[in-house]
This record gives sequence, structure tokens and C-alpha cells, in this order.
Amino acid sequence: MIMIRYILHRFMWAIITLWATITITFIIMHSIPGDPFAKEGTMTESMYENLQRYYNLDKPKIVQYVIYLKQVALLDFGPSIKSKTLTVNDYIEKGFPVSFHLGAQAMIIAIFFGLILGVIASLYRNRWPDYTSMIIAIIGISVPSFVLATLLINFLAVKWSFFPVATWKSWSHTVLPSIALAMMPLAYIARLMRTSMIEVLNQDYILTAKAKGLRKNAVIIKHAIRNALMPVVTVLGILTANVVTGSFVIEHIFGIPGIGEMFVKGIMNRDYPVILGSTVFYSAILIFLIFIVDVVYTWIDPRIKVTGASK
Amino acid sequence: MKSLLEVKNLRIDFKTYGGEVHAVRGVNFEVKRGETIGIVGESGCGKSVTAKAIMKLLASPPAQYKEGSITYNGIDLIEASEREMERIRGNEISMIFQDPMTSLNPTSKVGMQIMESVLKHNQMTRKKAYNLALDTLKLVGIPQPEKRMEQYPHEFSGGMRQRAMIAMALVCQPKLLIADEPTTALDVTIQAQILELMKDIQKQSETAIILITHDLGVVAEICDRVVVMYAGKVVESGTVLEIFQKPKHPYTKGLLKSVPRFDMDKSVPLAPIIGSPPDLFSPPKGCSFYPRCDYAMKICMEHDPDLEDVGDGQITACWLQHPMAKAMNVKKVINAGGGRTNDNY
Repeated sequence: MIMIRYILHRFMWAIITLWATITITFIIMHSIPGDPFAKEGTMTESMYENLQRYYNLDKPKIVQYVIYLKQVALLDFGPSIKSKTLTVNDYIEKGFPVSFHLGAQAMIIAIFFGLILGVIASLYRNRWPDYTSMIIAIIGISVPSFVLATLLINFLAVKWSFFPVATWKSWSHTVLPSIALAMMPLAYIARLMRTSMIEVLNQDYILTAKAKGLRKNAVIIKHAIRNALMPVVTVLGILTANVVTGSFVIEHIFGIPGIGEMFVKGIMNRDYPVILGSTVFYSAILIFLIFIVDVVYTWIDPRIKVTGASK
Repeated sequence: MKSLLEVKNLRIDFKTYGGEVHAVRGVNFEVKRGETIGIVGESGCGKSVTAKAIMKLLASPPAQYKEGSITYNGIDLIEASEREMERIRGNEISMIFQDPMTSLNPTSKVGMQIMESVLKHNQMTRKKAYNLALDTLKLVGIPQPEKRMEQYPHEFSGGMRQRAMIAMALVCQPKLLIADEPTTALDVTIQAQILELMKDIQKQSETAIILITHDLGVVAEICDRVVVMYAGKVVESGTVLEIFQKPKHPYTKGLLKSVPRFDMDKSVPLAPIIGSPPDLFSPPKGCSFYPRCDYAMKICMEHDPDLEDVGDGQITACWLQHPMAKAMNVKKVINAGGGRTNDNY
């Protein structure tokens, strides 16, 4: 019962957040100079006006805003202005599953290896496994993904041909982009987990667990890791949202038909419905993931309780 | 009676960036079956280090066992393998820590934390382990134990948590219980309850207890014998009566004088031991207490006194107890009266 109330409560806030996002994006978008048809010189004046009218761009901004809100309420993000045939919904339907697949795979790699590296580093603090893990983490954070992607393609695909170079056809096509995309979150998780583990290992209850005669591994697995996970879970929502909604750079390098590329092209083309649509979509995913994170909190740490109170 | 635990000339150093800290510098004491001994001394005198050393819970590095032996039931714990220690910890010797607020894992159910120990040390089904844990919770006086088993530590009050800690320590019926300031973090009424509980358990189970504390009231309450530590050394030990009624070491005397009493004249200020303990990076050559001692003599500065028997098992490390000093009936003292300052530090 509490859970249902909690979910309803969060849903209400999600709607309000989305509305705020739409409004702010709408204002910013229309304050950028230029419009979707400005550069197409061969267009006659009457064609231009017809197009403006067709897309409701001739109406006052406030009317456009209300029209858009109505559309979004029906989950229709409208037609793309640049594409003659596709709507924004089509874009998302086509692009998102690909981006999601790539992102999910990358996140699995990042979480799995990130946690392992972090735990190892904390257990061998200031010894070589720690230094090795942290060097990997520093590389992961500081080397841009396009450099890493290029290196991966050069060695694993071109020189040794373990994997295909680009495109998105079979599972083996997904390996390199997943690794390239995973490095940053992996490094982030590893560093956070190390810090968190070191802190937890100094806690009194770890000593209590040892005093019970538990084996070192049992102490680490049963008592340390779970308590150390909290800060990692906190950033996981945002990291996942980032990765799952597509990385423009990675998708571009590997020629992956994901949603990230659509987002960036939309902005460059002043394709208003695409910009708004992808922003709303991204926000919705982020809000959803943060909600998941909050639920996971209560599962990891019993001290945190779900209540109907405001966040 | 055969002794259960014997600590002989234990020396422990900590390697730090600043140098070696000589935290424990030759500690001797023994614990007999079923008796309660109190280890008292001010903060930083090596009480907790000694306790953790017995359990081999000191992280090494930085801790190093330099010298001495800890013999439990004929087993030398310092030489014992990690496997052997895992068998002993929680099963033969268990420990209660100072702060019940932080000593329980916040993300694990209290019942589970108690059962864990049982399951580790006994070939037992979960059901049996559960029942044993439940009985132990009853034993330590936790009401509604069935409900409490399923709760998390944050749902317990401070006193209840310490009871749960005690249950956790006792569930395998250890022969020795080390309680490292078990009542320091609790308020006074709860302190009394916990001490009462420990006394009861002692009577029922014949578990020997090492009680580490700086509270002399607690010692008087439940201990059979007392070990007084100062700057990493034992300076005096004896039965409770001996220590409280005829203390020999000036430090013990000072400690007793600094305890407030009900029958005290309120206009007389408490008599603290002026000064602070020596820096254990470089402990003084002679007696470590001489800079703060009212009765310090020249020899105290130069030579460290050995522990000597002053009758009936009461032992003390003080030159005043030396036959020569006694013979001369020493009255003249260097640090007497106004000279008792902190200039040396």
C-alpha cells in the first residue's frame, strides 16, 4: 500500500519535472536564432510560408507551446521537420532499441568490472593490484571515448580482426562499441567503489564480523560489499541514463543507427520536434532510472524506507 | 586453578610514517577459568590493543608482535595460523566492542548476525541455529526475541544493541569473553543493566571475562581481579579488594583519588593526576610514570622497575616497593608538592 502511494507520488512529480523540462527546452530552443527552413535558398516566399503554416511555426509562440503540450500528453512527439516521412516517434522506435542494447551491454560491463576493480583495489590498498586498477580507472576517465574507440578498431578489428570494424548487424558487432562506451562508467564505478570499500572496511562492524571468526572472504562478501554499494548505486542512475540513451560519438564512429545521432542532428538542423522529443524522452528515462535507484536503495539499506512524503 | 589465558611479556609496535609507536611494552597477566579480570588505565595506555592482540585482530602491518606470547588453553595464539584463529574467534574467545551503534552491520538482520557465528562454528541446521540464537536473545533479556530476530540494528536502542552484541558474543558459549569498554557508549542506567547482565551470565556459564574499562566503578562492581596499565605496561595487579583498599603503585593511588565519591566533601576539588601519559614514540628510559609521580626518586628516572610480588599475588612495578626503598623508609621525594608540574612535557 505504501509502495503504491509512493509510486503515485513519484509519478506525479515525474510529470511536473517533465513539464518543467519541456517548458525550459521550448524557451531555450526558440531563443536560438534561425529556423528549420532558413538556409534553404531555393525556396520561394510562398513555399516558405506554407511550410511555416503546416508546422504551426507562424502562430504565436505561446500557441505553439500549448499545441505541443497537447501532443506530448498523447505521447505524440510530432513529425520531424527535416525528414519528409518519419515522425519523432519513428525515430525513437527505430533508434532507441539499438542504443538501449548498446548501452545496457556497456553498463553490464562497466558495473561488473568496475565493482571488481574497485573491490580488488580496496583490498590491496597501496599495493600493485590497487595501482593497476587505479591506472585503468584513470585511463578510463581521461582518455576520450573516440580515442579509445579508434584504438580498439585499429587493433582488435583491423590488425587482428577479432571483431568487425563497424555497423550493427550481429552480436560480434556490438562488442567493440560496448567496450568503448563502458570505459568511462567503468572507471567511475571502480574509483567510487574503492573509496567506499576502504571506508567500510574501517568500520567497527567489520571488526565484529572478524571477531566472530568469519573467513576474510565471508567478511568482505557478506558485510563489506553490500554496505559499500550505496554511493555507487547513487551515481548508477545517471550513468545508466547517459549510456543507454546513446552516445553520439560512439554511435557515429561505429556507424550505429542509434538515438544519440538523431539528437545531435536535430539540434544542428533546428528540427524543433526532434529536439523537444529527444529531450523529453531522455528526461523520462532519467526520471525512471532515478526512481529505480531509489527503490534499490531501500532494498540494499533497510534504514532507508519508502514513504509517501515529498522528496 | 589452571589458567585459561596467559599473556607474557607482550610487546606490540605500530609502524607509522612518523616512526614506531610502542603501544604495548611488556604486558603480563593471566586469566583463570570463570574469573573476571578488569584491565584499567587511561586512554591510549594499550588496553584495547592488548585485547585485539589476543584475538589477533590487529591489522598487520602496521601492527607487529615484537615479543612475548599469548597462550590460550595451551595454544600459542601468536604462532597460530589464520585457520586456527578463525576457529577460536567467536567460538572460544569472543569480543564485545565499545560502541554498539557502529558495531553491528546496518544492512543485515540482527538474527542473521547472531546465527552467522553459530553456523560458522557448529555443524548445525539453520533451524537449530535459529533456535539457539533465539534462546541467546532471551538469555540477554531482549523482549519479543522472535520479532527482534527479524529486525535490523537501527530498529534497536543503544542498550538493546549492546545486548544483541553480547548475545552474538555468547551464542557459541565461549570460554573467554573480552569486553572492550562495553558500557562507555551507554547512559548510566543502561550501563548498570548491561553490567548486571554480564554478571548473571558469568554466574550461569562460567565464562571468563576480560573487562577493559577506564571506569573504576565498573571494575569494583564485577571484577575479581584488576590489572592496571600505564603507557603500555602493567603497573599493578591484584584482587579488587587489594587494588581498592591497599593500592601500592602511585598511579593506582592517583586513579582511585580521582574518582568522585558520594561521601566526599563537595568543597574539596577532585584530585586529578596532573600531566599526560608519555609519548609512546619514544617512551622514557626509566619508569614511564615518574614525570607525574608524587613519589619519584632518582632511580625512577634511570631504571624501569620490574613487577614484584608484594604479597598474596598482588604485584606492582614501583621502586617504592623495593626492599631497599622500604628499608630507608623513603620520605624525600623529587617531585613532591609544588614540584608536581607538567614541565617535562
